[in-house]
Amino acid sequence: MKYVDEFRDPEQAKVLLREIEELASQVDVGSNRPLCIMEVCGGHTHSIFKYGIENLLPKNIELVHGPGCPVCVLPMGRVDDCVALAETPGVIFCTFGDAMRVPGSKKSLMQAKAEGADVRMVYSPLDALELARRHPDREVVFFGLGFETTMPSTALTVLQAEQESIENFSLFCNHITIIPTIKAILDSPDLQIDGFLGPGHVSMVIGTAPYDFISAHYNRPLVVAGFEPLDILQSLWMLLKQMVEGRTEVENQYGRIVPKDGNAQALGAVSQVFELREFFEWRGLGSIDHSGVQIREEYVRFDAEKKFSVPDIKIADPKSCQCGEVLKGVIKPWDCKVFGRACTPETPLGALMVSSEGACAAYYQYGRLDLKTMAENSDVAEESADQGARSVA
Amino acid sequence: MCLGIPGQIVSISDAENKLGVVDVSGVKREINLACIVDDEHPLESCVGDWVLVHVGFAMSRIDEAEAAMTMDILRQLGDAQEELAAMRESDEMMNRKAG
Ligand code: SF4
Repeated sequence: MKYVDEFRDPEQAKVLLREIEELASQVDVGSNRPLCIMEVCGGHTHSIFKYGIENLLPKNIELVHGPGCPVCVLPMGRVDDCVALAETPGVIFCTFGDAMRVPGSKKSLMQAKAEGADVRMVYSPLDALELARRHPDREVVFFGLGFETTMPSTALTVLQAEQESIENFSLFCNHITIIPTIKAILDSPDLQIDGFLGPGHVSMVIGTAPYDFISAHYNRPLVVAGFEPLDILQSLWMLLKQMVEGRTEVENQYGRIVPKDGNAQALGAVSQVFELREFFEWRGLGSIDHSGVQIREEYVRFDAEKKFSVPDIKIADPKSCQCGEVLKGVIKPWDCKVFGRACTPETPLGALMVSSEGACAAYYQYGRLDLKTMAENSDVAEESADQGARSVA
Repeated sequence: MCLGIPGQIVSISDAENKLGVVDVSGVKREINLACIVDDEHPLESCVGDWVLVHVGFAMSRIDEAEAAMTMDILRQLGDAQEELAAMRESDEMMNRKAG
């Protein structure tokens, strides 16, 4: 328990860990495989790695790092579209810093900027709107991405643009929505997930009711969790408790931030401006029905996809990249052939290496295992797969 | 981007557009308060509130202890520094381009 000392309350952490171990010993998922719990949110992934939570848990619990990092699931084709927009004469292209280094098929936004495109890193969509006010002679495009946490901010910015009739502002909308994504994961045949840690800040917006189908139709428990290491341990404890008692419910560990019904104002703005897309493409996961949103007809003049010609070409991920399998938890990052070799945080090949919320960058940065141990671990994983315990490839 | 950062509302700067100034660890910037006001908690009563700020929007009211704890973990994760730097840079960019 080397790292517990870094916790806010080491004693409480130790008690929780002991109880988690005991509960885990009472859960039998059958076929000799470990208990698989997916944390959906990239913020949780980051926290889990930072505090080495995986190493503290009993061996029969495996954490699967889900697709909850919006930067990591951005497909290459969309990055190419961003670059094309940024290189359109007269355009000021505004983006959050996280997205600058995501590789496109030819270049990232960072490279486009170096080559002369007017790409600006902004902190908020409001900054982009302000740039549009200041440069009436230019077209300002804001690159909106993220789950429901950031969706309201973009929606409110569009409403503000409308109110002020700022016609040189538009949104390149890449917002994605969490529920269809979890559903796609649950429907994926090569996946074994026994329970979920639900995202904290997405739930702050949408509330907890939208997760009910997971317990009702898929018989899996979900606990909405905070980001503090103790929050995560407590949420794991709640999940295990449900499993031991044979319950599958949606529970809320993060009630101090997450109201049951979500945030009415935020949801109102989102549904006013956005509607579901028929489908949206994800890096590694392919196309998922209704997993993205687009601007409604009423606000179409703020839609960069309609205002400019966006190439919208699908680009397959590079062959050597196994981001999709990592995202689904089918393989561990170190099983990817290029991990730590051709693909590092300095020279990312796949998006999971770009952000500290991506599983690969997290393993690389915080990997308390060296490559050799990782390789050994993955041999063990393969053996157990051979025994039919779990499909790993 | 997803974790947000806690700050305290110090003033209302534009009531019509529901904007206020928030102090995040000494960095002050104007943010949108639309998501945390309603009939029960009107704009005027927001000054002094601690809020969780996501990309320039207050998304949730929190208590001071929660704010301190959240700031703590963000610092440890290295996210607080990044977020503050982004806020400061955007502020500077806006001011520099003002002229
Ligand atoms: S190592 Fe790189 S290419 Fe391989 S899965 Fe991770 S991010 Fe993708």
